[in-house]
Amino acid sequence: MSDRGDPAREQILGSIRRSLRRGELAGAARAAAEERLASPPRGPIVRRAKLPHAEKVALFCQWAETHNATVARISGADVPGEVSAYLARNNLPAEAAMAPSPQLESYDWQSQKMLALRRGRGEGRDQVSITGAFAGIAETGTVVMASGPDHPVSLNLLPDTHIVVLREADIVGGYEDVWEKLRDRYGKNGMPRTVNTITGPSRTGDIEQTIELGAHGPRRMHIVVVRD
Amino acid sequence: MQSTAHDFKDNAGAALADRNLQESLATLKVGFSERRRQAAERLPEFEALRDRARDIKNHALANLDFYLEEFERKVTALGGHVHWAPTAGDARRIIGDLCKSVGARTVAKSKSMVAEEIALNEHLEALDIAPIETDLGEYIIQLRREPPSHIIAPAVHLTKDQVADTFLEHHTPLGFTKRLTERNDLVAEARHVLRQKFLDADVGLTGANFLVAETGSSMLVTNEGNADLSNTLPKMHIVLASIEKVIPTLEDAAVLLRVLARSATGQESSAYTTLNTGPRRDGDLDGPSAYHVVLLDNGRSSVLGTQMQDMLRCIRCGACMNHCPVYGAIGGHAYGWVYPGPIGAVLTPQLVGVEEAGDLPNASTFCGRCESVCPVRIPLPGLMRHWREREFERHLTPRAVRQGLALWSWLVRRPKLYRRVTQVANRLLSTFGRAEGRYHALPLASGWTRFRDFPAPPAGGTFHAQWVRHGGARIRP
Repeated sequence: MSDRGDPAREQILGSIRRSLRRGELAGAARAAAEERLASPPRGPIVRRAKLPHAEKVALFCQWAETHNATVARISGADVPGEVSAYLARNNLPAEAAMAPSPQLESYDWQSQKMLALRRGRGEGRDQVSITGAFAGIAETGTVVMASGPDHPVSLNLLPDTHIVVLREADIVGGYEDVWEKLRDRYGKNGMPRTVNTITGPSRTGDIEQTIELGAHGPRRMHIVVVRD
Repeated sequence: MQSTAHDFKDNAGAALADRNLQESLATLKVGFSERRRQAAERLPEFEALRDRARDIKNHALANLDFYLEEFERKVTALGGHVHWAPTAGDARRIIGDLCKSVGARTVAKSKSMVAEEIALNEHLEALDIAPIETDLGEYIIQLRREPPSHIIAPAVHLTKDQVADTFLEHHTPLGFTKRLTERNDLVAEARHVLRQKFLDADVGLTGANFLVAETGSSMLVTNEGNADLSNTLPKMHIVLASIEKVIPTLEDAAVLLRVLARSATGQESSAYTTLNTGPRRDGDLDGPSAYHVVLLDNGRSSVLGTQMQDMLRCIRCGACMNHCPVYGAIGGHAYGWVYPGPIGAVLTPQLVGVEEAGDLPNASTFCGRCESVCPVRIPLPGLMRHWREREFERHLTPRAVRQGLALWSWLVRRPKLYRRVTQVANRLLSTFGRAEGRYHALPLASGWTRFRDFPAPPAGGTFHAQWVRHGGARIRP
């Protein structure tokens, strides 16, 4: 239905052009718009995230906690132990659905004898999920998830508790840095099916404007920040 | 949705007498506006970002055909489909056909004001397809068969007790027989009921906050995560968006996101901001196998290039209604159609006609708070004034108002007579009102004195007289 002969399409585009009193965009104006797409200009710089990397990591942790996530900063070898300990601290079952990602497989899960892991997408009954993250945004304490075979989207949404393993090196200042990272990974014309940027647990203010956590997505988000 | 905007005066009267509504509005008036102020103050770049947001939307509108075509090209290249809908009826038919093509029985819907605008739910029900609203506020009002009363907080007119009664009535057949009293229990019960509906739905339908031409992505901003379940679990994802939602690049989205959440709820960021680009890819373990975008015009393209074009910058944050004394007094339903508050007073006459909705742009004190908080700096009072002029030109203004204005304009064009008349009136009002200082009733002013006293002017004469007496300068043209 998106072919050029579609009369509805021509009707809308024709009406836009009549209202703007011109034909199809041409000449210098078209060149300017094309240039804008080719090299997108950034908006005003938000100073609070323009920091040396170590301070960016600290700012990320601070904002994530402000948004009701919990944060643990540890070294890579301690990831499986931290996950087990977190589940025990919160009286959660020692079982989780985990994203089948090379990053996560690099940790020694065998060390946790009691922890039962299932690799795959999220199912309606899952209580806990474990995923990596494509990036973290210091400006707001946001984690960024890029979908793919190693990261099913359902793991970000269905379980009650979402444990995110984020490498310090993947923490950037603002959204614009994430876009650059996406272009580097997927090319200028590519995008994964879904990019979820998630700031704290699911919430709603729909009853008397009072925030309650755990509306449809996870009630709890625990971010394990792994030192470089 | 059928407009009742022509009944505005009766609607407003009923709203003022509704005690539950007044209780709900009392918290609204302080909550949203105070949180917005704090969020804006925490970000030193906020005003510069608002300027930039305005410029981005202006640029996108000036080149709208180009960016829509670019968006379509990118969506198609990644395996998605774009459908063009000049009218509401076209959009309903396209979406109905898509749902039928996969034999859909239920559609998981994430809150969409454009879907309200085209009355999509009624259409789907007529096709024997059940639309399920999944945003908590929308779910509550769907159970009550009410329209939304706010563009981002659709159930803001209800109290917790009303929600508890609604859930008890509708969830009892599902085995939830206890009347809940705590908000978190109500949220948990709705989550439980809706979770199964997500898993069973054949189609997920969402709106879009922005369409990004650069990547062919639809961008959704929510707090609950319902939109993301809607675009992940069902086998088909349909995005319904109006044409002015398209913006050039992801960098532009970053600017707009920074002003959107802060203006709407005073949050630094909403919980979920999601970019969807095409259907499930090879190797993906979840996601819809079909991705469709329906682009709705419904009269918007004809607003381009006119004095009213500024209204198309709107990013639907709701700040204008959160800060409006009229909305704060009567809530959203009184406006009678999909978009309430100041932006509704500007959009509704455009979309359903000034004959139907001429009262709405008159329901403003022109205090200007809406314009002062609008993240994309829409001159809302100016646009409302434009509708008032349009209404006057087309002789839609009530006769009493027209006659009053005619008399007034006759008088003010005769300055000597005007001064004489006002001097006499001032002296009479001052003399007879001296004892009490106010009037409980006045001839020709019952519209005022029926609800409040009219202050008697203090002795000392008219403004003109006092100006001269105090040696005020006379400015000559």
